[in-house]
Amino acid sequence: MIRKTPLYDSHVASNATMVDFGGWEMPVRYPTRILHEVAQVREDVGIFDVSHMARLIFSGVDAGRFLDTVLSVRASRLTHGQGRYHLICNDKGGIIDDAIVYNLEKDRYLLVVNAGNAEVDKQWLSEKMDEFIEREDGDVGFIDSTDDIAMIAVQGPKAVALLGELTNDETNSIVRFHAGEATLDGERILAARTGYTGEDGFEIMFDSSHAPEIWSLLVDAGATPCGLGARDALRLEAGFMLHGNDITAEHNPYEAGLRWAVKPNRSEYLFGDVLRHIRDNGTTRKMSGFAMRSRGIARQGHRIYADGEEIGIVTSGTHSPTLGSPIAMGYIGVEHSELGTDVQIDVRGKTVEAEVVAMPFHPHSY
Amino acid sequence: MYPDDLKYSDEHEWARRNDGDVVEVGVTHYAQDTLGDVVFVELPEVGSKVDQFDKFGEIESVKAVSDLFSPVSGTVTAVNSDLEQSPELVNSDPYGDGWIMEVKLDDPAELDALMDSEAYQEILE
Repeated sequence: MIRKTPLYDSHVASNATMVDFGGWEMPVRYPTRILHEVAQVREDVGIFDVSHMARLIFSGVDAGRFLDTVLSVRASRLTHGQGRYHLICNDKGGIIDDAIVYNLEKDRYLLVVNAGNAEVDKQWLSEKMDEFIEREDGDVGFIDSTDDIAMIAVQGPKAVALLGELTNDETNSIVRFHAGEATLDGERILAARTGYTGEDGFEIMFDSSHAPEIWSLLVDAGATPCGLGARDALRLEAGFMLHGNDITAEHNPYEAGLRWAVKPNRSEYLFGDVLRHIRDNGTTRKMSGFAMRSRGIARQGHRIYADGEEIGIVTSGTHSPTLGSPIAMGYIGVEHSELGTDVQIDVRGKTVEAEVVAMPFHPHSY
Repeated sequence: MYPDDLKYSDEHEWARRNDGDVVEVGVTHYAQDTLGDVVFVELPEVGSKVDQFDKFGEIESVKAVSDLFSPVSGTVTAVNSDLEQSPELVNSDPYGDGWIMEVKLDDPAELDALMDSEAYQEILE
């Protein structure tokens, strides 16, 4: 059964092209089209319906201590309102999902995970939580609040000013990777200074019954509705991984270049040993960025060669609307991953010359 | 959106017979609208042979890549090299500045296998 966000009717009324994404019927683009939507986010302000992302709320006096055992960072160290990007790993060190955890208030944490992984995440976290409760007689539980809370990303150089105007400046004091409460259109919202575009902005969460009104208010205030197509191009330009494409349970954080999101030297962390082992032994492949040097757009699944030898595979690729040229990311053997290395990509039978380049492809604005 | 002087294929290409046995070929409004922003068109070589309903090139948008299928058989006599720098012409003017190639027909009777505007619009419904 395909799910619909509380903004479904708003998207259809705007003549959005809808697609199935992670079990949700989502707008891939509006009639304004992807290039325009991307440009609005880079130069002005765009809004995205991200209500499909699952929101899990953990509570109980041991909630922080439990999360420390399963997340790649120490959640219990977060101050109230603080958030942190992290990974949910399995017992082989593979990446089940990437997510953001917020410490909302004492003994209450919010975990925002990818829509397509929500069921797998919930099952894994439930299993580990039952073991934790059994082992430590712990007090922790979680609820899935996805249907009760809507979420809109407001992104772009004018996003902070726009939300400030609409909240009587309440959101202006919220700093990057922190969340705070504010009043928008008479409703209480939680505004997190986060995003997936490389631009400054917020992801706001509020009671889902107000979603169409708040969406319209943002549009009337000058924000451009953007679909998943623009979101994917923006995140790729910003060098952000997409779970399912660029990172999966078959990849570990070290080869993915996500060492910074993993704190394995903690005795309470269930997967610290396996991750330290991977870290200390080194990895054979490395997530790398590619710029095309001849015509053609590398896409997911295209194979990468050096001197006729296959060295890796593209995990995401597109035409970059901001750069006006093709970009891609993927895994290649570490011995080929030095910046500036020439590689060849098989684009549907045609050899395209490419070069290993640094990510992000477009610099973050914050 | 679907001019009467064109012939249409069910792969969403059009052919326009100008003078003699040469036709202009492009993609339809429906095709460009479904693809979204076109960012790359792989053009055939002038002088190469194309066959009716066979692949002759590729067209890519930000999100997707599609094959181009020739509505007629013949020899490519010209390609729209403006598309190398300005692929968005396919979106903004699919029947004019966004044309893709010109083909000298092997057999003008092949045009009878294509649809007129009315028949094409029926398959879009």
